[in-house]
Amino acid sequence: MSGDPKLERIAKGNALALCATGAWTASFAPVLERMVADAEKLAGGSQSIFIDVSEVAKLDTFGAWLIERLRRSLTQGAVEAQIAGLSANYSSLVDEVRRVRATPVIDTSTITITGMLDQIGRAVAGVGGTVAGLIDMLGAVLAAGARTLVHPRSFRLTSTVHHLEQVCWRAVPIVVLITFLIGCIIAQQGIFHFRRFGADIFVVDMLGVLVLREIGVLLVAIMVAGRSGSAYTAELGSMKMREEIDALRTMGFDPIEVLVLPRMLALVMALPILAFLGAMAALYGGGLVAWLYGGVDPEAFLLRLRDAISIDHFIVGIVKAPVMAAVIGIVACVEGLAVQGSAESLGQHTTASVVKGIFFVIVMDGVFAIFFASIGM
Amino acid sequence: MAGEIQNPIISVRDITVQFGATRVLDGLNLDVKRGEILGFVGPSGAGKSVLTRTIIGLVPKLAGSIEVFGVDLDSSNTSQRRNVERRWGVLFQQGALFSSLTVRQNIQFPMREYLRVSQRLMDEITIAKLTMVGLKPEVADRFPSELSGGMIKRVALARALSLDPDLVFLDEPTSGLDPIGAGDFDELVRTLQRTLGLTVFMVTHDLDSLYTACDRIAVLGNGKIIAAGSIADMQASQHPWLRQYFHGKRARAVMG
Repeated sequence: MSGDPKLERIAKGNALALCATGAWTASFAPVLERMVADAEKLAGGSQSIFIDVSEVAKLDTFGAWLIERLRRSLTQGAVEAQIAGLSANYSSLVDEVRRVRATPVIDTSTITITGMLDQIGRAVAGVGGTVAGLIDMLGAVLAAGARTLVHPRSFRLTSTVHHLEQVCWRAVPIVVLITFLIGCIIAQQGIFHFRRFGADIFVVDMLGVLVLREIGVLLVAIMVAGRSGSAYTAELGSMKMREEIDALRTMGFDPIEVLVLPRMLALVMALPILAFLGAMAALYGGGLVAWLYGGVDPEAFLLRLRDAISIDHFIVGIVKAPVMAAVIGIVACVEGLAVQGSAESLGQHTTASVVKGIFFVIVMDGVFAIFFASIGM
Repeated sequence: MAGEIQNPIISVRDITVQFGATRVLDGLNLDVKRGEILGFVGPSGAGKSVLTRTIIGLVPKLAGSIEVFGVDLDSSNTSQRRNVERRWGVLFQQGALFSSLTVRQNIQFPMREYLRVSQRLMDEITIAKLTMVGLKPEVADRFPSELSGGMIKRVALARALSLDPDLVFLDEPTSGLDPIGAGDFDELVRTLQRTLGLTVFMVTHDLDSLYTACDRIAVLGNGKIIAAGSIADMQASQHPWLRQYFHGKRARAVMG
């Protein structure tokens, strides 16, 4: 019905008229923009120009703005430009567009060397801030714990039990399954390589020491950081986004006491339990593979295991668990409370929570290894 | 197109919507005429938002038909439906701005998807839309979390208007605004309706909005439209809920 838009030049004596026809709407925007740009150049030479819009069949904000853009650029070129033939329907739209002040867009996304250096510098300086934030949270949690000890009635048992169910009970199947499989793999690899030296039976020593001292707890801690640390960050982060944490604060509750402490306690209790179950599952899996694949029957396996490991190995492993749980929990809660208003920020902090959680777990494991080596355990 | 002028822009026939065992809309009929501002009222929980969401296709219906711009949304193919969606804009109750995009990116998002427009023109149109909804161009590079409640509503309206729609759905546009802000918003809807030739479907609780902005009012109750007409018709109605709504303490205060 309304044809393609056109902008025609008609000379009327001294004055020049630019006659717009057709549909000046968003769907024709590329054509319109080109026409307007051409007309800006064509206009040179004449003193006054009429932009005649009486023949325009359809006009929307895009079209109205382009006409306005044409008028402005002509006016800037010291030409007297006027819009004529405006129908009553469209005059208010054109008036509305005329009020727009065109501000040049400042593009801030340019990549420069100084900008990159600036970012690197800020990131390095941010490391100190991260550590300070973790220590701050540790202090706040300990203070809240101490307050709860003084006033045991303010302790949130229901919440703690709820979180214990979430992070411990519901995590058992996946933790047991994965550690079982890892136990199988360690045993299989051990037998495969030890067999060449005729030292099949030493796979039991390797499995026992590795699982109880290192792999069991480390693997479980990494899984918990991925499973529960991310959940804590997402929960606290979305509460932060929707001002729920501010609401708690205004009601006189300490978010650390209400939200963080139960989660931390649940995690600190859960990780030793999961690490123990994981270690048992890994030993069972390793024993099964040693029997079926390596021909070490269960009785011989158990005898060898009893000789190879002592209670020290078990203690070294399990003592690390609550400390790692505390690190994961603190990282997750700090990240959760640092979430800003956007969905993207929630995603970034959840990622950071898992990455930092796993990083600190491995760092802690190294620190423990040095410590136990120096006390001879 | 000539036919469309007489035909209603939205025509809802015998719509039934059910959630579990509760029937929210029960054989509802409603017409929205071209170029009018329809105010849609009713008690809380009566299903005003449900009807809006059913028309725009977010809630599945059990029975009935919906025609928008003369297109039956059930029997239409994807491109017809896409065409209809391009011609309407929706302002959600909470704004529903994309939180990880700036105001500028939010407004340009539909343009990028549907139009082939240069970045310069998009930037200029963004500023134009912001000016139209009464915001300063400086707002363009802020994120939604840095805006006040009223500003979020205005930006959301600018986004709803970014493709120059023929029809806008406003879900409680003035809720959460102070009376002056709400009055400005009503004025704004009126002005935009005049300049852009919009048809407005407005769910509201605000008596002021009904008096100042709306051409016609439809009232929802028991899953049906219990009354539709001008404000005078509403005041004359004998329906108990309407009597309470339009002759209550607050209504008298509004009427002065």
